[in-house]
Amino acid sequence: MTTLTDPPKESFRLSMLIYDTRYRSATIQVVAIIGFMMLFAWLISNTAANLHDLGKQPSFKFLGEPAGYDINQRLIDYNSQNVHLRAAIVGLLNTVLVAVMGCVTATILGVIIGVLRLSKNWLIARIMTVYVEMFRNVPVLLWIVFIMAILIETLPAPREFRGADPAATMKLFDTVAITNRGIYIPEPLFSSSLGNLHFFGESSLRFDVSLDLIAFLIALAVGLFARHKINARAHRIQETTGVRPTTWYLNLAAVFVPVIVVLAALGFHLGYPALKGFNFAGGIHMRNSLIALWLALSLYTAAFIAENVRAGILAISKGQTEAASALGLRPNRVMSLVVLPQALRVIIPPLISQYLNLTKNSSLAIAVGYMDLTGTLMGITLNQTGRELETVLLGMLIYLGISLSISGAMNWYNNSVKLVER
Amino acid sequence: MSDISFVRTEMLPQQEPPATSVGVVGWMRQNLFSGWLNSAITVICAVFVFYIAGFLLSWAVSPTWAATSLGECREILAGHEGACWGVIRDRWVQLLFGFYPADQYWRPILTFVLLAVALAPVLFADKVPAKLIYFSAAYPFIMPWLLWGGAIWGPLVAAAGFVLGYVVYRVVDGMAGSLAAIIAAVAAAIIWWLLLASPLAGMLTGIADIGLEPVASRYFGGMMLSITIGVVAIACSLPIGILLALGRQSDLLIVKAICVGFIEFIRGVPLITLLFVASTLLNIFMPPGTNFDIIMRVIIMATLFASAYMAEVIRGGLAALPKGQYEGADSLGLNYWQAQRLIIMPQALKISIPGIVSTFIGLFKDTTLVSVIGLLDPLGLSNAIRADSAWNGIVWELYGFIALMFFVFCFSMSRYSMYLERKLRTDHR
Amino acid sequence: MKKSVFLGVLTVAGLAAGVAAAGTLDDVKARGKLNCGVATGVPGFATPDANGVWQGFDVAVCRAVAAAVLGDQMAVEFVPTTGKTRFTALASGEIDMLARNTTWTFSRDVDLKFDFVGVNYYDGQGFMVPKSLGVGSAKELDGATVCIQTGTTTELNLADFFRVNNMSYEPVPIETNAEAQQQYLAGACDVYTTDASGLAATRATFEDPSAHVVLPEIISKEPLGPLVRHGDSEWGDVVRWSLNALIAAEEYGVTSANIDELAKGTTNPEINRLLGSEGTLGEMLGLSADWALKAIKANGNYGEVFEKTIGTSTPIGLARGLNAQWTEGGLLYAPPFR
Repeated sequence: MTTLTDPPKESFRLSMLIYDTRYRSATIQVVAIIGFMMLFAWLISNTAANLHDLGKQPSFKFLGEPAGYDINQRLIDYNSQNVHLRAAIVGLLNTVLVAVMGCVTATILGVIIGVLRLSKNWLIARIMTVYVEMFRNVPVLLWIVFIMAILIETLPAPREFRGADPAATMKLFDTVAITNRGIYIPEPLFSSSLGNLHFFGESSLRFDVSLDLIAFLIALAVGLFARHKINARAHRIQETTGVRPTTWYLNLAAVFVPVIVVLAALGFHLGYPALKGFNFAGGIHMRNSLIALWLALSLYTAAFIAENVRAGILAISKGQTEAASALGLRPNRVMSLVVLPQALRVIIPPLISQYLNLTKNSSLAIAVGYMDLTGTLMGITLNQTGRELETVLLGMLIYLGISLSISGAMNWYNNSVKLVER
Repeated sequence: MSDISFVRTEMLPQQEPPATSVGVVGWMRQNLFSGWLNSAITVICAVFVFYIAGFLLSWAVSPTWAATSLGECREILAGHEGACWGVIRDRWVQLLFGFYPADQYWRPILTFVLLAVALAPVLFADKVPAKLIYFSAAYPFIMPWLLWGGAIWGPLVAAAGFVLGYVVYRVVDGMAGSLAAIIAAVAAAIIWWLLLASPLAGMLTGIADIGLEPVASRYFGGMMLSITIGVVAIACSLPIGILLALGRQSDLLIVKAICVGFIEFIRGVPLITLLFVASTLLNIFMPPGTNFDIIMRVIIMATLFASAYMAEVIRGGLAALPKGQYEGADSLGLNYWQAQRLIIMPQALKISIPGIVSTFIGLFKDTTLVSVIGLLDPLGLSNAIRADSAWNGIVWELYGFIALMFFVFCFSMSRYSMYLERKLRTDHR
Repeated sequence: MKKSVFLGVLTVAGLAAGVAAAGTLDDVKARGKLNCGVATGVPGFATPDANGVWQGFDVAVCRAVAAAVLGDQMAVEFVPTTGKTRFTALASGEIDMLARNTTWTFSRDVDLKFDFVGVNYYDGQGFMVPKSLGVGSAKELDGATVCIQTGTTTELNLADFFRVNNMSYEPVPIETNAEAQQQYLAGACDVYTTDASGLAATRATFEDPSAHVVLPEIISKEPLGPLVRHGDSEWGDVVRWSLNALIAAEEYGVTSANIDELAKGTTNPEINRLLGSEGTLGEMLGLSADWALKAIKANGNYGEVFEKTIGTSTPIGLARGLNAQWTEGGLLYAPPFR
């Protein structure tokens, strides 16, 4: 007689951690996390030991001490008696400014160049190819210093505007001064200004918002809303009667009247730059460090975007172009109405990484003395306080934050325009 | 009335197309002057091109090759606008080799010639003998020895670690299975490198001092420094990048999280901040007493930087493989590493080569950033040269020369990458 | 497989670099080379020539120390450092000493944990303007655009100066001297400010130096000197007394021309002690008896080095001024060698 017995019950053996697929992945993960944590602990203990030897205690107290240096370009008020944290914020805003300006110009230039590279005109396609290859194959740092050198060497110095028979004159009916210190353009001024709103009191995060600007924006919004209403009414009439009423003058009036009324009420006028003492005074001063960085980043990134745009356009099947032509569309309308909107879906993902690259490359500002985050927090603040660990880590975290928010925003946009496959 | 109808019995000879649609004229009509707008654009562009070219030529053609200082250039030019090429004649060797000892220039040259040879089996697989791959495997040991010099035993002993690991793997594999063998092999190699290698190398050097004159890395400079940083960082980042890409694709949650975290962190910060880490912080992170020189530290950070980008390129290659390849490997009963080694990686890497080349071009261009932390790459050297009182005030010639060097390198590499892309595409059709 | 490049290089680097131990002096002797941090390029103070040989006033200090310690003035590895990297390079042990026109300040000495071993050049921050601007005093610079080299104490002094005098200005921060000079010459800034020595050096290289003036105001004290890590007094002593030997040699009239003669013994016991023919000063430092002899022989005494690199006979053309011996109304005053 045989009795049926249970299959021998598998007792847990240590080797099963490796050889049994049920446990193996858990084993690997545990080993990985232990290894990772050990690496981290090792780094931190090294750092602690080294800092102890150097007699430095990591601390962010220096951020609350007076910075002591001046920054030429600042979007919020700042002077040398403000704290290092404030200086870092000024730098951060400058980074954001040049990154946004650069992204906008690079996109516009990149699309134009990408389209022109496919032009039927041989000469223009060749010129664009030369442009793209020239910019793509030379380091961006070299372009930045090169463009800076061009601005400095070829434009007139302010002193050349002086005298009875000056060597240089202001452009556009004496409203714009182009000098090798930067470009001075007229600034909007309000004679009966509403003043500013102050936020965050006296802390280092404080900033002002101009009420004039808010009033202007409200007027603009009202105008746009009215225009929307007018158009909706026109649609309704068109759908009931078949005749669309003429609305263009109403539209114009709806947009411009509120804006003009508000501007007039605020006493809007332009402040023109004028040569005073050593420099031009008045107007908005775009420093040539900003212009050089902005131009170089835009031109450099535009070359890459142009390639993405070209690839995107080539990815659209020829049938689309032919069908659009068969409908009687002109070549430029084929491009703007049929090809580009479809190509956009191919173009956007690489465009995100170009925006990221541009933002990261803006840290090269240091080469031309543009005071961005690298120039303030990781530049002069680092030099003056000797706090390498704190400043560099803080700077890296801020850049990481910027990068993640750009890619998050762009990915969100990409998802919203992506073809939904059914 | 006779019938005078005419029936052609033979064809007329074909007529030439009208002169306006063939040859140069036809081509120009089609491509340059196809409408009034196009014609206008063409004319404007042509004027623009001639203006720029004329300006550049008149500047560049300048008899100042022999000048020994900017002042001399100014004398020669006597008030005319023109380039001062004397600075290039004086310093071009320095811009290429930095401060590398002059009698040892053959070493970097040989290194980069050998680099081309070592890369040939990978890049032009169909045109060179397959045996050359053994040389490629040996090259990572030859290169640092040639560049940095020193006794030959160091690299030999380091290479012996791999041989030892392989032997241990074979032996243990027979006795206790492959996973144990891998662990044992890695452990043996690490013990070898950490404990035995340097005393043994020292001993061998004591016995027979065969080697090249050592050259400290601070003598590296100019183009050679850029190429060295670029090549070493890319080569080192390849294995790290493969591991990161596999980690990112794996379904082990923690491994994946670590890999994604690393990749996104590196890709999210500018290279310049990583170079600041190299120049100011890396020594603080290492155990007290360790001391790499600045170029080693820059290479380490550049490697980490490149490996994050490399991981993304290889991930693209992995994603491009059809799923059938993975399933085929599974159906053959291969385990994960066998499948990766024999089936997945060879194909994925091949698809990724253009991406790897463009990562390299990007990194190579970014090596100019080391000038910001005081290394004397071409751009850093240009500052040092301009500090020399003879050449104080030189701008365009140096920038132009450096830009030209970078352009030549990067342009030829990007052309190669495009050629490769075309070739790979036909392979897959 | 390629990973081994890394490991191989690490091995090579590890063998070459060695491990920094407690005594820098022993390290330097064992290594046979002095690692000296210098600027990346300041005319007259530290520049590499076409053969890659470093020349300049700061460089000469490094060479003197190398000659004193190792007996060979060429046994120096020059590590170019920027304003940002110099202190880290010294703190991390990458360089043994820093001779990069660094201002001796309280916080650098105390907070950053360095020891300044002396002053090799007494400097002060000044302003240079084009003559055509018609400015005679720094007090007239209200509203001017000022080019500054970053990474130094310069920007703090400048901010203080303009704030105290209630004037406004536009700072243009620039990394290198070459760039700053380019901007200044092109008129992108009205004023160039840096240490007066740097101004003179820069002005000397201009096409027409006489078209530019250095304003009389010196707005700061900038004692520039070599420095070492805090806490290694033996090494600090070596560097300090090598520098003092150069200064004292000038005071006693020891030059590279007569030094071999004087080394045989003179009637002046101070010279004898300095050059090692009397007493055991070298032994006390842990060096050979003729350490100072070698240090002075390297490039001559302080005055000779000054004349050769930045003095009036060079294009830089700096006068001795504050940097004359105390006997001649300057500030140089080497403590006695006894």
